[in-house]
Amino acid sequence: MGHYDMFVTDVLVIGAGLAGERAAIESARNGLNVTLLSLVPPRRSHSSAAQGGMQASLGNTAMGKGDNPDVHFMDTVKGSDWGCEQDVARLFADTAPIVMREMAHWGVPWNRVSLEKRIYDGKEIHEDPDKVGLISARNFGGTAKWRTCYTSDGTGHTVLYTMDSIVQKYGITVHDRVEALSLIHDGETCYGAIVRDLRNGELRVYTAKSTVIATGGYGRLYGASTNAVINEGTGMSIAYETGVVPLGNMEAVQFHPTGIVPSWILITEGARGDGGYLLDKNGYRFMPDYEPNKKELASRDVVSRRMIQHIRAGYGVDSPYGQHLWLDIRHLGAKHINTNLREIATICREFNGIDPVHELIPVRPTQHYSMGGIRTNIDGQAYGLKNLYALGEAACWDLHGFNRLGGNSLAETVVAGKIVGEKIAEFTKDVTLNVSTSLVEDHLLMQQKRIENLRAKKGTENVYELRNRMETALNTNVHVFRTQEHLQAAVDELRELHKRSKYIQLRGDGNGADPELAFALRLPGMIRLALTIATGALARTESRGSHFREDYPKRDDENWLKRTLAYWREGASEPELQYEPVKITESQPGDRGYGEATAGAKSGVKQ
Amino acid sequence: MARELTFRIMRYNPETPDVKPHLQDFKLKEEPGMTLFVVLNKIREEQDSSLRFDFVCRASICGSCGMLVNGRPTLACRTLTKDLSEVTTLLPLPVFKLLGDLSVDTGTWFREMSIRTESWVHDDSEFDPTAEEERMDNEKALQIYEGERCIECGCCIGGCATANIRPDFIGAAGINRIARFMVDPRDKRTEQEYFEVVGSEDGVFGCIGLMACDDNCPVGVPLRGQIAYVRRKMASAGWKMKVKS
Ligand SMILES: Cc1cc2nc3c(=O)[nH]c(=O)nc-3n(C[C@H](O)[C@H](O)[C@H](O)COP(=O)(O)OP(=O)(O)OC[C@H]3O[C@@H](n4cnc5c(N)ncnc54)[C@H](O)[C@@H]3O)c2cc1C
Ligand code: SF4
Ligand code: SF4
Ligand code: FES
Repeated sequence: MGHYDMFVTDVLVIGAGLAGERAAIESARNGLNVTLLSLVPPRRSHSSAAQGGMQASLGNTAMGKGDNPDVHFMDTVKGSDWGCEQDVARLFADTAPIVMREMAHWGVPWNRVSLEKRIYDGKEIHEDPDKVGLISARNFGGTAKWRTCYTSDGTGHTVLYTMDSIVQKYGITVHDRVEALSLIHDGETCYGAIVRDLRNGELRVYTAKSTVIATGGYGRLYGASTNAVINEGTGMSIAYETGVVPLGNMEAVQFHPTGIVPSWILITEGARGDGGYLLDKNGYRFMPDYEPNKKELASRDVVSRRMIQHIRAGYGVDSPYGQHLWLDIRHLGAKHINTNLREIATICREFNGIDPVHELIPVRPTQHYSMGGIRTNIDGQAYGLKNLYALGEAACWDLHGFNRLGGNSLAETVVAGKIVGEKIAEFTKDVTLNVSTSLVEDHLLMQQKRIENLRAKKGTENVYELRNRMETALNTNVHVFRTQEHLQAAVDELRELHKRSKYIQLRGDGNGADPELAFALRLPGMIRLALTIATGALARTESRGSHFREDYPKRDDENWLKRTLAYWREGASEPELQYEPVKITESQPGDRGYGEATAGAKSGVKQ
Repeated sequence: MARELTFRIMRYNPETPDVKPHLQDFKLKEEPGMTLFVVLNKIREEQDSSLRFDFVCRASICGSCGMLVNGRPTLACRTLTKDLSEVTTLLPLPVFKLLGDLSVDTGTWFREMSIRTESWVHDDSEFDPTAEEERMDNEKALQIYEGERCIECGCCIGGCATANIRPDFIGAAGINRIARFMVDPRDKRTEQEYFEVVGSEDGVFGCIGLMACDDNCPVGVPLRGQIAYVRRKMASAGWKMKVKS
């Protein structure tokens, strides 16, 4: 069997971003022993990169006046194109204000309401003097009120740092630079994970009463993504590979309207929220023609489609990296840009040599968020395996349905972290850990075999070439606009790549902490996720939220008001799709009030 | 004509300690808009699959990719090759434990520093979920944010003379961390309590004030001002303690 380190814990949280850390804190507060795992030091998790902010209906600002959880609930349900679980959305909207205040109590330096003069859309904003000093909010897409709490443009950074400071305060064990490779399970219950130490390549065993997957999204399946390079969906794939845990709505992929060309770094929605415009090659502001009410701030799927539509109509700006449009924030002025939008200014200057105070920013819709993930119930319990939980972007809880509103994801991580964390703590207290050593050794051996096989160099395929082909298949065929023909092409290609991924040949020796070996271990799972996205999208013959079929441009509630569940059965070579109804409690499917269904006015724009 | 660039990279693999650290040259063609993120990934994918380095956000937000570029500590992801000459030397940041090639263990260093300085808001009051949040002046919030902007990249530590000779020195990042909590009205620690954490040669009094840290901070944390602020506070706290005893 060889030597390996073994760790025993009450709660094993795989992933130390906001979701994982918040859930870990809740368990620790309840006296449980918790271990957090992360590929990187927790503070480098992707959550730190979120700049814009997080939604909670505090209603402290003049433009947020009258806001409450009911309004937040409705925005979220509409935003999801009625694809979400409404009981989850209700719980979320009701809890969000409490967690924002809790984060303030823990140390987040939220921007506060002040009487400083502000101009928005040509109008002067007058704050209520009674509200000065309370948590402020900014405008984000798809919301009826200004509701997005923020810290200048470092929201994710400050909230994650504060969260991690509480993790330190509670003395929670953190193991960084490790990667969970598989779950230990017997088809019914989960007992922990097989983990690889990325410092030296050794395998470790973690057994736990409850195992929690909080590994974030899979943005890097698409090469052109705003996501961090560690967002490779491995948490989703290890759950998927059990054969019994389904992934929900994997075809629901969000594209952000403003990835900067060509590095695909995100220009936060805060730029449009604070009053930035989109311009075409003629310097013309086109969004009001398509979306007269919400203009640049219709929900992300709508703005992304309008942009591509406008580019297709011949108004894109040519560049060596393909056509793009412009984002204009010049009119906000140097002071505003250099303080409230400082990170944007820095990105423009450092990565593109552009000064956004005087120049336009080249942007194009870019993969951004995964609405789909490990399907859980409202308590965060994964379908299919006992003692397994999931939350955050890795999960399909399902708050976002087919389109997530900006600011709702960071809020979800912390709200779900609190709610699901409580459930985990409650549940774990009554569990006794009873895992057979032979089960553990079987799972360990399986991973050892994979590593040995790769090191034996019996294959033919180059791991980076396969990755590039996977990225291209998704980027060209499973994007903002989708058709039967393109989706079929993606499915065919990805099936082929999946076969080829069994024959990876390392170029290096694969010893110890070799990075090529680490990637070779991930890639087959990544291709499975990619194939699942494409297969789900091909099957769904309607348009809903971010999933837009040009050959089926209407939402079809009669046939498709349901969630895709994908299973990867043991030994299978493609996903098995099933469906379940979405939960409707308060709001019957209707018109979103923006987007294709309503926008008739297209003055001045030739289609 | 695209330039041919040479990258002279330090190689060291702790699994083969017999092979001493050495420099290895890699050559590649420059492309428009190329950064060291692009360069290092290209080298790994096309020339040497064993090369180790760290990137996460590739957008100068997460602080993973600090290294010495021609001797100067900076973030590799935001370094454009157009600003470099034809030969560039890349070395790992000093002070931190070397994990291999350009990868160093800044995470462990920062975690230990945070725990040593108890970098969390000290407040015994229970959170009340039914109450309105405690108010704060927006200027105060922005002031806290200024110190909070540190991304733990380690550039200030790697270029600091004191940190290079004194292994327990908390460095500019550590002093800044203290300043961040000192200005925060929610943190109820007294000056004396802070003094115990940073009023020593491993804390603020070890700093010799040449301000290499301030020049090197890639996100522009106002380290000069933060160090002066903590030094002033701690000098007065030390004075008060002396008078009392
Ligand atoms: C550029 C950008 C800006 C954004 N801005 C906003 C915004 O303004 N507002 C908003 O609401 N949302 C925003 N989002 C979305 C939001 O940031 C994410 O959805 C959210 O942070 C996800 O948090 P998480 O805790 O689920 O995962 P993450 O923060 O991604 O953390 C995942 C953790 O899992 C670990 N991990 C992964 N795989 C493994 C493994 N196999 N083994 C061990 N550990 C593993 C990682 O190391 C990491 O610690 C933004 C996203 C992007 C890309
Ligand atoms: S000023 Fe102090 S902290 Fe900064 S580099 Fe010099 S010795 Fe180090
Ligand atoms: S203070 Fe600046 S240089 Fe030092 S670790 Fe923080 S961000 Fe990096
Ligand atoms: S990779 Fe995040 S700062 Fe460079």
